[in-house]
Amino acid sequence: MLGSGIAKGLKETARNFFGSYTNESRLVTVEYPEEREPLKEATRHFPFLVYDGLDPAAGLRCVACQICEKECPPQCIYIIKDTVKKPDYTGKMQIQPKVFDIDVSVCMSCQICVEVCPFEAIKMDNEYELSTSDRFDGLLQRKDDLWKSNEYYHKIHPTEAAEVDRRLAEEKAKAEAKAKVDAEAKAKAAAEAKAKAAAAPATPATPPPAANPASS
Amino acid sequence: MIESVIQFFVMIWKAVSDQLDPKAGFLATLNPDFQPWVSVLLSITPILVLFPLLFGITTILERKGLGRMQNRLGPNRVGPFGFAQFVADGLKMLTKEDIVPRAADRILHFIAPFVLLVPVLLAFSVLPYGRNMVPIDIDGGLLFFFAVGSATELSVFMAGWSSRNKYSLLGAMRGIAQMISYELPLVLSALTVVMMVGSLRLTQIVDAQSATLWGGLHAWHFFTPWGFAGFFLFLVAATAESNRTPFDIPEAESEIIAGYLVEYSGFKYALFFLGEYLGLFAVSALGITLFLGGWLPPFAFPFLGAVPSWLWFGLKLFAMIFFFIWIRGTLPRLRTDQLMAFAWKFMLPMTLINILIAGLWRFSRDWQLPAGAVARWIICAVLLLGAYYIFGRALQPRLAKRTYRYAE
Repeated sequence: MLGSGIAKGLKETARNFFGSYTNESRLVTVEYPEEREPLKEATRHFPFLVYDGLDPAAGLRCVACQICEKECPPQCIYIIKDTVKKPDYTGKMQIQPKVFDIDVSVCMSCQICVEVCPFEAIKMDNEYELSTSDRFDGLLQRKDDLWKSNEYYHKIHPTEAAEVDRRLAEEKAKAEAKAKVDAEAKAKAAAEAKAKAAAAPATPATPPPAANPASS
Repeated sequence: MIESVIQFFVMIWKAVSDQLDPKAGFLATLNPDFQPWVSVLLSITPILVLFPLLFGITTILERKGLGRMQNRLGPNRVGPFGFAQFVADGLKMLTKEDIVPRAADRILHFIAPFVLLVPVLLAFSVLPYGRNMVPIDIDGGLLFFFAVGSATELSVFMAGWSSRNKYSLLGAMRGIAQMISYELPLVLSALTVVMMVGSLRLTQIVDAQSATLWGGLHAWHFFTPWGFAGFFLFLVAATAESNRTPFDIPEAESEIIAGYLVEYSGFKYALFFLGEYLGLFAVSALGITLFLGGWLPPFAFPFLGAVPSWLWFGLKLFAMIFFFIWIRGTLPRLRTDQLMAFAWKFMLPMTLINILIAGLWRFSRDWQLPAGAVARWIICAVLLLGAYYIFGRALQPRLAKRTYRYAE
């Protein structure tokens, strides 16, 4: 009969209307600035630079290799290399960035910079409230806006950060083992050279130990 | 001077407490030359203040109500529970740029919102808001209401034509087709009341409903079979006349953007909005007057009578507004062909049959039936239900059973 569907619909909307006042679970709205839902662990929005230790400038993992700058699809990363080198986590001397800027208004949160970085230096942040009233300087994140500690990384993406730490520790152990082997070899070579020198003190034609290829 | 001030407050008290001719005492203290003008002003001002205010409150109630029907919160930022939202909206509308298309007919484009608003406001002048509270109590009140009410169609077409925009024109043409189609059932459903009461004067129509049935229930026309059917036919036609969902085809945001309002912005757009809502209030108030006993309380009990009559009218108006919001939250928009089919194949025959039933009701008053009034009620109701069933069936889509030749 005509109107039975309308009656059914009216019943449904009436149930919603009164139900929304009595049953809290019907209202799914999260009133944003006051309330916010906890973010999922995989949330990513904008890249940041990871540093180890307490001093951001000293602990920055970035070595200014510029791979991310070249790979970035919208070209929002801008890097200038510094002339001064600094040791990385294994103690090896590396270049560091003098300028590292990312333009918030250009970045499209694709995470390609993170995928290509061989040094685990750039990661995705879950900070999403980046709006600003200053559309020129406010939207350009400088190096000192971008760097965040490894602890912060552990806080926002615990699983991923633990994995990165494990990998870095492995590499560091490998490097240390290699350094140890090298040092032993060097010591051995030095000892041999010393013994040789002691065995033949009268032969001045023997090259000095410093020139030994094992020590370089 | 002091006498005037005192009489002014006495007038307000008299108006609030339903007394006869509240203005007389105050007007008597004034210069006789000014009396007619002051009297007019005193009648107009409450209408011009209260109904636009009601429009503002209705917009926020509508947004909150629709939100709740969709399990949302609705606006809740401006003021307590968001109830100052309409002030913010109004200020926004006022500060917006008023854009007129280069090719538009500037004069018609400017006049159109006023051509909508003025007849609607005129229609408010004959409605009885309470006992002794009617701005102009003319003999042909109902006729006047429909006469000025149909002038709003002109505004819709003026707006659509003057904008020089195909969507505007399409919307206006749809609007005209719809409004003319539904004007007929609107008037015919109101005609039954005129037949029964024998008067076009709206105060007399309300008085005719003040008799009591059993249990002190007032004899609202709504409680008779023809009145019940007539009220719902009137309601549907009124929804269509005031361009509300499911009959918002002239505006149809998702099809023709906003129909005849496409090229309107800023305050002119707000005026259109105001006019549309005031039209809704006016036609709701007419429906209340014709079928729901106007300012009468539902029962003739003394303690209900102690409540001011205009408050009963206001409560009924809010109930009607809520019903319109409820309908809007429930039904999707009709197609143009469905709209026309509904008007001409269902509404018109139903209103015509309702007139016949009203006639039957009128002349069966003195019949000697076995169960008296109850039998009369049942006979009329059954006849109306039969007609409703037949016309309703004709409206249902007839779908043949689909047969599959190869997929069985």
